[in-house]
Amino acid sequence: MSAAAVTIAGLTKTFQKGGTTALQEIDLELQPGEFVSLIGPSGCGKSTLLRVIADLVEPTGGTVHVGGKTAHQARVDRDYGMVFQEAVLYDWRTVAKNIALPLELAGWNRRRRAERVGEMVDLVELSGFENHHPWELSGGMQMRVAIARALSFDPKLLLMDEPFGALDEMTRERLNLELLRIWEASGSTVVFVTHSITEAVFLSTRVVVMSPRPGRIAGIVEIDLPQPRSVDTREEPRFFELATELRELLRGRAVKAARVEEGVH
Amino acid sequence: MSTVVVSAPGRTLARGVGRGLRDWIPALVILVAILVGWELAIEVFDVERFLLPKPSAIAARFWEERETLWAAGWFTFQEALWGFAAGCSAAIVAALVLARFRTLGTALMPYFIAGNAIPIIAFAPIAIAWFGIDKGSKIAIAGLLCFFPVLVNTLKGLTSVKPSSIELMRSYAAGETQIFRRVRIPNSLPYLFASLKVASVLAMIGAIVAEYFGGSLTSLGIQIKSASALFNFETAWAAILVACILGMSFYLAIALVERIVTRWYPSAPRGR
Repeated sequence: MSAAAVTIAGLTKTFQKGGTTALQEIDLELQPGEFVSLIGPSGCGKSTLLRVIADLVEPTGGTVHVGGKTAHQARVDRDYGMVFQEAVLYDWRTVAKNIALPLELAGWNRRRRAERVGEMVDLVELSGFENHHPWELSGGMQMRVAIARALSFDPKLLLMDEPFGALDEMTRERLNLELLRIWEASGSTVVFVTHSITEAVFLSTRVVVMSPRPGRIAGIVEIDLPQPRSVDTREEPRFFELATELRELLRGRAVKAARVEEGVH
Repeated sequence: MSTVVVSAPGRTLARGVGRGLRDWIPALVILVAILVGWELAIEVFDVERFLLPKPSAIAARFWEERETLWAAGWFTFQEALWGFAAGCSAAIVAALVLARFRTLGTALMPYFIAGNAIPIIAFAPIAIAWFGIDKGSKIAIAGLLCFFPVLVNTLKGLTSVKPSSIELMRSYAAGETQIFRRVRIPNSLPYLFASLKVASVLAMIGAIVAEYFGGSLTSLGIQIKSASALFNFETAWAAILVACILGMSFYLAIALVERIVTRWYPSAPRGR
């Protein structure tokens, strides 16, 4: 594959309401198979950036290409799977039918759907829960259904918007490991929005640090921790060094922003 | 692995029915107590029978005139049913159109809310001029009574969808038709059924009240009206009893369909 997984050039997004600049002059290129996290304080535009890549938000300026196509074409071709902060499962559908939703929309026949749903249920370890309804599941299980659904049609790109933000620490760490296992098995590219420094370090091959008002890239940190990551990864000295580096990058911007505000007064 | 304890849906439903029957016992006790109290109160206070007949007298009359009463009940029920079918289907179609074309919906919504506040029953005498003294005018009133609540509720169900649900569908390149079929319509079903239950009651009320202004002799409204005029209050009460039985059966039938159709709804297995 020669084309980059995602190419963003000179991207700007201004919201009509209030005229706020959510994103300013963003340039970013993601290679196939990368796991890239977007991190930053709230209001830094990380979710907006993800939605622009997903063609759910129209950019004001600049271009976004996904696998060499325009973001719009990539959406129409169903080249990416998306996972939101909430699981966004449909209550009237069982677990199996929620996972099969994108397959139905893509016109797969019943037998192929059932086969693929079976594989996905195994992948996210939800066997035995196929016929349950979403509200019968715990938050962590619901999120696994959402991940299975996003991966069911084998997208090359997985877009995740703070998927584990609402979960407790224990569930989150377990799902982090599961996500890495799935990522390795599928070989897809992941763009992962988070506000957790340790989560970003643990999961990513690269972390993009963003700063707010206007949303900009403050720095990019290569995460050179060995693969595959495990429970022990979190205890390596290098893990703490990288976390500290990210924290300082985030704080540095925060301090600078505070100074600017003082200057205004 | 943190797993929640869940029982198989089938078993939950069976247990739900069992619990449902047990839930009815206190209500039945109350009913019996009311009937006995009513009977005794009339004896003790010597209430005039035109003010309030004894339940036993109503029951006796109900039995004596069962054939006339049921024929009248069936006649009126048919009017209510046709009105319900016409009013509700028109409302559902209108809600779908207005949910699809939101600017139109926003423009018309104030009028629908105003329409909902119109005492439609007041049109009953005029409806006779428009649709004739026969079934037509009663069906029109029943249908019109059903229309607004079903429209307003269904529209709410179709449009009160979480933005993320729509975003998800758009991320799968789903068009408006797909979003309607797979998200908006299923989402609207609990709202729709809540309003259909209300409409079932309104349809019966509409049909009977419209009959008070004139209509077939074999209708409940006319039976109640003429029996009261002749001081034949037991018959009037027995006719009201028929109306109650039919109205409640209608309501329960819709509740049953609701239970089957929206079994997925989080609170359905626990009963509402």
